[in-house]
Amino acid sequence: MTPARPVPAAALVALGLLLPLSACATDAPAPAEGAEAGSTVVVTASDDACEASRLDLTAGISTFEVTNAGSQVTEVYVYDGDRIVTEKEDIGPGTSYELTVDLAEGSYQLACKPGMVGDGIRQDLVVAASAQAEEVDPLAEQAVADYRAYVQEQADAAVPLVTGLADAVRAGDAERARELYAPSRVPWERIEPVAESFGDLDPRMDAREADLAPGEDFTGWHRLEKALWTGEELAPVADVADQLVADVTELAGRVPEAPLTPTSIGNGAKELLDEVATGKITGEEEAFSHTDLVDVEANVDGAQEALEALRPLVGRSDPELLAELDARFADLWEALEPYRDGDGWVSYDTLDEAQRRDLSRAVDGVAEPLSGLAAAASR
Amino acid sequence: MSAPVAGDGPSRPGPSRRRLLTGLGVAGAALAGAGATAGLTAATSPAAGTVLGRARSATVAFEGAHQAGITTPVQAHLHLAALDVTTDRREDLADLLARWSEAARALTSGRDVGEGGAVDGDPLAPPADTGEAHDLTAARLTLTVGVGPSLFDDRFGLAGRRPAALTDLPAFAGDALEPARCGGDLVVQACAEDPQVAVHAVRTLVRLAAGTAAVRWAQLGFGKASSTDPSEPTPRNLFGFKDGTANPDARDEALMAEHVWVAGGDDPAGDWLVGGSYLVARRVEMHVETWDRAPLAEQEAVVGRTKGEGAPLGGTGEHDVLDAAALARLPADSHVSLSHPSRFGGAQMLRRGYSFVDGADGLGHLSAGLVFLAYQRDPRTAFTPVQEALSRADAMGEYLRHTGSGVWAVLPGVTGAGDWWGRSLLG
Repeated sequence: MTPARPVPAAALVALGLLLPLSACATDAPAPAEGAEAGSTVVVTASDDACEASRLDLTAGISTFEVTNAGSQVTEVYVYDGDRIVTEKEDIGPGTSYELTVDLAEGSYQLACKPGMVGDGIRQDLVVAASAQAEEVDPLAEQAVADYRAYVQEQADAAVPLVTGLADAVRAGDAERARELYAPSRVPWERIEPVAESFGDLDPRMDAREADLAPGEDFTGWHRLEKALWTGEELAPVADVADQLVADVTELAGRVPEAPLTPTSIGNGAKELLDEVATGKITGEEEAFSHTDLVDVEANVDGAQEALEALRPLVGRSDPELLAELDARFADLWEALEPYRDGDGWVSYDTLDEAQRRDLSRAVDGVAEPLSGLAAAASR
Repeated sequence: MSAPVAGDGPSRPGPSRRRLLTGLGVAGAALAGAGATAGLTAATSPAAGTVLGRARSATVAFEGAHQAGITTPVQAHLHLAALDVTTDRREDLADLLARWSEAARALTSGRDVGEGGAVDGDPLAPPADTGEAHDLTAARLTLTVGVGPSLFDDRFGLAGRRPAALTDLPAFAGDALEPARCGGDLVVQACAEDPQVAVHAVRTLVRLAAGTAAVRWAQLGFGKASSTDPSEPTPRNLFGFKDGTANPDARDEALMAEHVWVAGGDDPAGDWLVGGSYLVARRVEMHVETWDRAPLAEQEAVVGRTKGEGAPLGGTGEHDVLDAAALARLPADSHVSLSHPSRFGGAQMLRRGYSFVDGADGLGHLSAGLVFLAYQRDPRTAFTPVQEALSRADAMGEYLRHTGSGVWAVLPGVTGAGDWWGRSLLG
């Protein structure tokens, strides 16, 4: 997983998770020209007020021109329920800041936090559907439908796998649980960026111990991993296993509401490779089980599946990129090949530094062109 | 994957990833610096070893019969990177060098690389340019590229085209080489007056190389430790001594033709290298703490020159002629005496080194030293015999530790819009 800091709202925006499907079905919005007249909100924040020039917006890119007229340092947030959509901290007295955000149709709250504490001064923000929302690109619709079906299939497949793992943990059968541990993660690792869009599920299910702040509960797969590979008693972690079953079941139930767009699918593919590059290549993800290569295979599978869903779109906008990605994915599989072991993979701690380096280079070889996928799929 | 460049032969690869490379980085303030010096650039050739403007904002022409960054007056900062080619597809390697050439045209002009540059691209795509040099001038950036002996194995069908001079250096007495700081299929030398410009340039080329080549080792350098222009004061290295006093004058084209540039007929297998050169790089750690405890007289005896003026011991001025009589007055094991060209058939190298301090050594010392860089027509008659002599007897040896090493054939210069680095080898 990504480190367990709060999901930065800006990253969600960059992911395109907030874009309505329709926005991506037409030309990619660009702040300079895509912004419609009237989507600029002048916000005057003072010590006891949060005045906005308007609170009714149209879906698409809006700019909040924030001026701190108060005497305290302030912050400005846009919330979707409890989720932070975007934020700007540390706006000093007398200073201004422009916050640009892509908002989908829906109800939000705008908040100023003078003194940077508490819930802030909040008011409702209503975003109406944009006129562009009527235009729908059938290729984009198909891409989203295909990828959503894949995500649903993976999330559904995860439920019995995690249930089996939990059963073994509850039965105190450590050997069986160790066998089931890595396979139970495969569907999750294939669709992790989508799972991460559901707020607190990811930290609860996939946090690594090192990611936690002091006092935070260590739960999820990696808590079980630690218990299973360090010889702990299993009875005390039975609750962790049960919670994991509940969480993965919740995940499967929420897939239909995942805000997927071609942009978010493309960025998700890039994120999967980033996960490999920063978490798995170092061996930090599976610090006790050393089953990192199982995760890597699933991440790469998931990224390729995202590319498959986007193939018609990218084939139309950038066939050269498509050819490059196909070649680089083939290079990556070739680099992974020596580490296959029967149906699975060798333990990651058997790879020496030079082998990890070569693998890392092959990952970079895919990840760099893959970073252009979201834009290509959105053109 | 490769799309031929218009006007180029169909079999020759050209830049294909146009969105990274079109060199249209028209964004922002960088243009001001480039524009202001465009006139200077047009009138200047790096081969002549001079630039008209030496201001920090000046540009050095990218094109020329020889690459820039060799006889170009030495800039203040270095970022050297050696890369391994990670593909065995020759066309990908050729494509990379073509894309690098395109990027280098932008970088050395002080422009962002790629469509939209650092800030004006598609907001849904990563910026084509990484941005850290966006507001900076070209700062006399030069990019100089070479190919190592390891490139001429069986991967790219180049085995028959390796010049005899392009071979791994022999082991020298006392070498403490770390494999992770040695060799490399490719080398990029970025030199600039601003370290951020040099780092940005290397970072950009490395990013463009993803999937085709990856960094093997890299080294930052500062405070030029050699001048190639005798009219300038000679810089000092971290031992506190002037370094490069006897460097050949890079402004002297005849001297460069004799000692630096590979000529037609030098090697039948190396016809593609005519106009190029050879670069020897050595990462030399200097035990500055023990050096600093050596008495002045000992330091001067080790070097063979006075510390203040830099005059040969027994002489009076830095540029005193070192004839046989003057050499005889130097301690036989002094650095200057042992390395004098007269002992090696007159072959000379054009040194272009930099100092480095890479943090601490973990034992309570600075990890300091010299990135020795020397350009020459043939290492077998220049660097190798000198280093063999030094490694056996140099009084300075007890203060030095050679930890990194590489030798590369430095490609001929790029001439004309359709040309690219290495076209004579891979085109």
